[in-house]
Amino acid sequence: MALAPLIAYAHVRKSFAYGHDAERVIAVDDVSLDIAAGEFLAIVGASGSGKSTLLRLANRLLAPDSGRVIVEGEDVRDVDPVRLRRRMGYVFQSGGLFPHMRVADNIAVTPRLLGWPAAEIAARVDELLELVRLDHSLHRDRLPHELSGGQQQRVGVARALAARPRIMLMDEPFGALDPLTRDTLGDEYRALHCRLALTSVMVTHDMTAALLLADRIAVMRAGRVVAQGRPAELSNNNEPYVAELLRTPRRQAERLNALLAGASAG
Amino acid sequence: MSFLSDPRWRDAAAHLPDYLGSHVQVSLAALALGLVISLPLAILARNHAVIRGILLGLASVVQTVPGLALLALFYPLLLVIASLTLRWFGFDFSAFGFLPAMLALALYSMLPVLRNTITGLNGVDPALLEAAQGVGMTPRQSLFTVELPLALPVIMAGIRTSAVWVIGTATLSTPIGQTSLGNYIFAGLQTQNWVLVLFGCVASALLALAVDQFLTLIERGLRERKRLHTMLGSVGIAVLVTATLIPSMARAPSTYVVGAKTFAEQYVLSALIEQRLQAAGLQASTREGLGSSVIFQALAANNIDVYVDYSGTLWVNQFHRTDMPPRETLLAELKEILTKQDITLLGALGFENAYALVMPRQRADALGIHSITDLAAHASTLSIAGDYEFFSRPEWTALQKAYGLSFRTQRQMQPDFMYAAVASGDVDVIAGYTSDGRIKEYDLETLADPKHAIPPYDAVVLLAPRRAHDAALQEALKPLLERIDIATMREANLRASGSNANSSPAAVARWLWQEIGGQ
Repeated sequence: MALAPLIAYAHVRKSFAYGHDAERVIAVDDVSLDIAAGEFLAIVGASGSGKSTLLRLANRLLAPDSGRVIVEGEDVRDVDPVRLRRRMGYVFQSGGLFPHMRVADNIAVTPRLLGWPAAEIAARVDELLELVRLDHSLHRDRLPHELSGGQQQRVGVARALAARPRIMLMDEPFGALDPLTRDTLGDEYRALHCRLALTSVMVTHDMTAALLLADRIAVMRAGRVVAQGRPAELSNNNEPYVAELLRTPRRQAERLNALLAGASAG
Repeated sequence: MSFLSDPRWRDAAAHLPDYLGSHVQVSLAALALGLVISLPLAILARNHAVIRGILLGLASVVQTVPGLALLALFYPLLLVIASLTLRWFGFDFSAFGFLPAMLALALYSMLPVLRNTITGLNGVDPALLEAAQGVGMTPRQSLFTVELPLALPVIMAGIRTSAVWVIGTATLSTPIGQTSLGNYIFAGLQTQNWVLVLFGCVASALLALAVDQFLTLIERGLRERKRLHTMLGSVGIAVLVTATLIPSMARAPSTYVVGAKTFAEQYVLSALIEQRLQAAGLQASTREGLGSSVIFQALAANNIDVYVDYSGTLWVNQFHRTDMPPRETLLAELKEILTKQDITLLGALGFENAYALVMPRQRADALGIHSITDLAAHASTLSIAGDYEFFSRPEWTALQKAYGLSFRTQRQMQPDFMYAAVASGDVDVIAGYTSDGRIKEYDLETLADPKHAIPPYDAVVLLAPRRAHDAALQEALKPLLERIDIATMREANLRASGSNANSSPAAVARWLWQEIGGQ
């Protein structure tokens, strides 16, 4: 690759202590992974595979035991973590919206922390509501619990985008939504990713969503990246776990095709 | 006469602005101080299991100390601190009234606030803490914009509990000199004026209920994110506080404060002095229900201006004297000692209110007991009752030593109930007061003290150091000196212990004034 990667993990290791006995569980085990500027990477794995831990290492919600995490050319250990987080968008599972703040205040959180002028923040909130297809007059002053799950996640995306980050980190962003909403939101996010020239890292256990949305997929198992590549490259991978993960979407696609074809023939 | 036109209601209502205002003032200050201390402590302790444990443990221990004891302990504590600051930094402060009451109540208010703040903060969804961190908040920003607002309903519930506790317990701050709704209760209990007791209880319960309702409204508003509720509750509290504080602040501060201890005779005498000062055109008010040791210190510190004490009490309790000179000598020497402390002994009122061992006349005759010497022979088969302080007073030690007294049982009693108890035979002997009208009413005999173990107890008028050269005050009080004999005082005390409309201290004081020839 000619360009330096925007995010680079180099031999990163992270473990956690559980309980009082000093037995440590290794969550991320010697991972090296590069993410290029403008790329949409999905990290796929079962729960406990270390994928969320890997994501949290990127904006220093966690610090690695060893190895290095480089973001935009800087080792994250040398950067003020608060500043680092303010320039990266983060979308949490089921929104992570602050329940006591109105929609507009949730979206405005990071710009306010950065000290933007009030008028600029107000304009940006309206712009973002439009971007995530929420009617501002209708939703601005609502509290999160007054919104549907899909609307909450739209606000979550708007909040992450508020301070115009180059990098978006997303932890199971569409996991808790119904299939139709998940699909719509996924497609819309993909369009935003291209339009705003973002670099996106999405953690998911849903291989189908990963295949449909991401440019490239990293498969994690027991703390290690066992395979990475474009969808076509993955299907040629001879790692048995990758084949297992791909089996379900493949079988579903085939059965759906057969069913739908049979229906139209009959 | 209808229930509401009973002058005792009007008497009680007339004091309401003062008592209620002072009650709200000390409760509010205590609650504010408690919050200022416990909120930061809870925030610091929430993530440290050990500190949290120690803090909650200490607060729980404070909570187990009875309110009255906690308030009483703060008075000597502050006296010591005040004497230390005077020695080290050249200033002291009043250990009387507002300060000890506020500090003790503040301490009392801490547990619910600590516990709820810690619970509330620790109950915030960890996913939201991560979200706060993820959007780029510093720990401080996360605390103030996310954690505290989310924990607020739980914290508010703690504040509500505290407020109700403090308002209730504040009624116990009367004996350490803080005016409160407890003044009704203590005065009513001492003079057997149940109207007053009821009035005080109802007033403080209503105050607590009102505050509780408004705080509930605020809490609900916070929990359900309804601004209207929060606003209504806050406005309610603000109105309540303003309405109770303004009258008490608008009142001109009294120039002369007359102190009274915790029994009926003292209430009557303080009312009499107040009336005399007012008749002389001086601004006066009373501060009643003060503990025996509190009241002397309060006078010495100019917190009150004048009160009536008893020569033997001062001699034995205040100055720890064990010698028992004759009446006149003791009085003269006492005056000298007091002058050294800049306290003026203006003069004696003319009667003695001594401790005396008392038993029913018939019983005494039957057993052939007429002096304490006679009593000593029978004591091992008899029971004795005394007021709350008698058995720890030096007089009791002196009596035991002089006569070799040893009773089968000894009990402590509310003084008002002692006389009826001895008359009905519940106890055999009581340590009564010679000026009490019930000695005559119940046909009781006071036993002679041939060995003079009990000192003389002349009622004497004491003036605070700042009143040493106050001619107007001294002129106004002169007509009382040497004018009240024991029979008159007994009659006055009997009247005050009644429970009818003419038994209020003020009414009895007016009767007493006429009786001793005043116009």
